[in-house]
Amino acid sequence: MSFVGWLQIAALFLAVLAVIKPLGLYMARVFQGERTFISPVLAPVERGFYRLAGVDDQREQGWLAYAFAMLAFSIAGFVSLYAILRLQAFLPFNPQGFTGVAPDLAFNTAISFLTNTNWQNYAGETTMSQFSQMAGLTVHNFLSAASGIAMAMALTRAFARSKAKTLGNFWVDLTRATLYVLLPLAIVVTVVFIAMGLPQTLGASITATTLEGAHQVIALGPVASQEAIKQLGTNGGGFFNVNAAHPFENPTALSNLLNIFAMLSVSAALVYTFGQMVGERRQGWAFLATIAILLIVGVGVVYWAEAQGNPILTALGLDASGGNMEGKEVRFGQSASALYAAVTTGLSDGGVNAMHGSLTGLGGLVPMFLIQLGEVLPGGVGSGLYGLIVFAILAVFVAGLMVGRTPELLGKKIDGREMKFAMLAVLILPLAILGFTAVSVMIPAGVASIGTPGPHGLSEILYAYSSAAGNNGSAFGGLSGNTPWYNATLAIAMLLGRFAYVIPVLAIAGSIAAKVRAPASSGTFPTHGPLFVGLLIGVILILGGLQFFPALALGPIVEHFATLAGQTY
Amino acid sequence: MLTHIRPALVLTALFTLLLGLAYPLAMTGIAGLAFPRQAGGSLIERGGIVVGSELIGQSFASDRYFWPRPSATGPDAYNASASSGSNLGPTSAKLRDTVAANIAKLRASGVTGPVPADAVTASGSGLDPDISTEFAHVQAPRIAAARGLSEKDVWDLIAEVQEGRLMGFIGEPRVNVLKLNLALDKLQG
Repeated sequence: MSFVGWLQIAALFLAVLAVIKPLGLYMARVFQGERTFISPVLAPVERGFYRLAGVDDQREQGWLAYAFAMLAFSIAGFVSLYAILRLQAFLPFNPQGFTGVAPDLAFNTAISFLTNTNWQNYAGETTMSQFSQMAGLTVHNFLSAASGIAMAMALTRAFARSKAKTLGNFWVDLTRATLYVLLPLAIVVTVVFIAMGLPQTLGASITATTLEGAHQVIALGPVASQEAIKQLGTNGGGFFNVNAAHPFENPTALSNLLNIFAMLSVSAALVYTFGQMVGERRQGWAFLATIAILLIVGVGVVYWAEAQGNPILTALGLDASGGNMEGKEVRFGQSASALYAAVTTGLSDGGVNAMHGSLTGLGGLVPMFLIQLGEVLPGGVGSGLYGLIVFAILAVFVAGLMVGRTPELLGKKIDGREMKFAMLAVLILPLAILGFTAVSVMIPAGVASIGTPGPHGLSEILYAYSSAAGNNGSAFGGLSGNTPWYNATLAIAMLLGRFAYVIPVLAIAGSIAAKVRAPASSGTFPTHGPLFVGLLIGVILILGGLQFFPALALGPIVEHFATLAGQTY
Repeated sequence: MLTHIRPALVLTALFTLLLGLAYPLAMTGIAGLAFPRQAGGSLIERGGIVVGSELIGQSFASDRYFWPRPSATGPDAYNASASSGSNLGPTSAKLRDTVAANIAKLRASGVTGPVPADAVTASGSGLDPDISTEFAHVQAPRIAAARGLSEKDVWDLIAEVQEGRLMGFIGEPRVNVLKLNLALDKLQG
C-alpha cells in the first residue's frame, strides 16, 4: 500500500461526495413530478410515451398494482430480450454473422439483464451481434436500473406520506427515471468515454499487421454507449468477455475512475433523494455514513491483501513489491484494482477491472462478503436503497426490543406485518446462495465446472450464487458457468434475488404508507445519529454477513492459510 | 393485470427504439465526427499499414523487441477478438507452474535478480498494452545486445516512452510496449 494509492482512492470518494447533494436534489424533483431544466426538451417526449402507452400519469397505484405493473413490464422485457438473442442471425447489425444464442444461454442472459445482474455466461465479442448488444443488452441496462429506481421511489413515498393508499405510478416512475436521469447522464458519460479512447463504431473488427508480421484481429463495436449505462445503472455486463479489464472498455487510469464514479454516484445520490423526499436529509446522511464506513474498510482490506502479493509466487523469485498482478492490468495496479473490486461488489454493479478469481484469499473474500451483505453499500440503483431501508427497519426493531418500546422509523410504527415481510426479504439471499451452493458441490454437474480445485473451487461456486442472488454479476471466472445446470440455477437465483426480495418490500411500502406519520417525541429513538449508524452497521454485519461465515471459512479463509503454507491444488 | 399489458408492451417497444437504436446510433454519429480516431479503436499506422491499436497489446517473441506480459487468451496469446484472463486462483498448481515456466524463460534470456510481478503473470484482459518500467529495464540488456545498441540508449528510450501517474497520483507508471517497440525501430531507421 502506498500514500499515492490511497490518495487516488480518497479523490474518488470525494468526487462522489461532491455530486451526492446536487444529483440527489435533482432526482427528488424528478420523482416528485416537478419541472427540471431539461423539461422543455423531455416533457413532450414523456407525454408522447404516455399517450401511446395509454398511461394516465395523474393516476397513482397502490402497492399491489405497482407490483403487477413492474412484473408485467419485466415479463415483456424478458420475452423481447430472449427473442432478440435467439433470432440475432436474422436481425440487422450482425457483421460477424453470429448465429442465434443457445436456448439455455439466452434464458440465463435475458434473466441476467432483466434483474440488473448482468452475469455473463457468454463472451460478448464472440457471441453477441451489434444488434443484440444495442437493442437487447443496452436497452435492459437502462430499464432494469430504471425499474429499480422506481421501486425505491415507491418505498420512499411510503415514508413521506401519511395515511396514503397509493405509492405513485410505476409507468411514470420508470419513464422519468429513464428519460430524466439515466439517458442524459449516459449521453454525457458516453461522449467523455469516447474522448478517453472507448470505441464507438458499427464496424466489427480491424485486422492489424503486427510489427512481427502476424495478423491480429481487433474486435470493436459500439462500446462506449453501452459502457456508460452499464456503470450508471450499476449493471456491470461488459461489451467484452473481460469486462472493464479490457483496454477498450477502460483504457486509462482516468477512465477507470470515471467508471467507478459513474457506478457509485447515482446509487449514492438516491440515498440523499430519500432523505430529501421524506423531509429528513439527516436520515440520508446517516445512511451514507454507514455505507461509507463499510465500503472504505472493504477497499482497505482488498488493497492491503493484494499489495502483499501471493506468497506461493513470491517463493518462486517474484518481486513481492509489485503485489499480486495475476489477473490485473499494469495501468491500474493494486490501488485502482482494489478500489474497483470493492465498489463494484458493495454496489451491485458487477463489472470488473481485474479478475476476481485471481485475487488472493482475503482479497477475494471481501468482494464476496460485500455481495453477501445484501448489496446495500450503496447497492444497485434503487435496489440498494430499498435493501438499506429493510436493514434500517430491522435495526430499529432490534433497538425497540432493547428498550422495550414499539419501533419507529421516520415517524412510522414498525409492526409485526412489516417485520415479517422484512425477514422474508432478507432470508431469500442465504436460501438462494447457500442452498444452491450446497447442491452444486454435491452433484457432478456442479463440480465439473470448477476451474481451480481445492478451497478455491468452493469459492468459485459460492461466489457465483452470491453474485446471482445479489444481482451483482461479477464472477470468480474459473467456473465454467455456461452449462445447462449453471445457466438454469443461476437464473433462478437471480430471479429470487430480485423479485422474491422486492415484492415483500413493496408490501412493506403498502402498509407503511397507510400508517399515520407521527411527529418525533422525546421517547423516539433518533435514527440519524452515530448510535443508529453503529447499530445499522451491526445489523448489516450480523444479519447480512454472519450467516455466510461457515461457508466463507471453508472457501477463501482456508485458501488464505493455504497460500501462507505454500499449498497448491 | 390486463390493464398493465398495453403499457408494458408499448413502453418496451418505445424504449427499445429510443435506447437500443436512437441512442447508440446517435452516439456513433457524434463519435465519428468529434473523435474519429478514438471511436475507431485508436489505431496506429506505419507506412500506411495498420500495425495495431495503441490500447491493445500484441505478441512479441523476438529478442529484438520488448516482450509484453504473458497473456491467457486462446488459442493464441493476445487474441484481440477473444479477451480472457487466466482466472486461476492463488492456490492453483497450474498458476504456480505457469509462473515458474515464465520465470525460467526470463532467466534464460539473461534476467537476474528479482523478477517484476507483471513480467510473469497474465493480465486480466490478456490484452494489457503496458508493462511496468521495471520489466522494461530488465529487458534492456537483451534488446541492446540483439540490436547492437548501448544499454544506455535503450534506457533513454524507455524513459522517453514511459508514462507517469496522471497529476502525480492517478494510475500507475507504465510503458506501452507497442509504442516502445515502434520507437526502437525508428531509432535504427
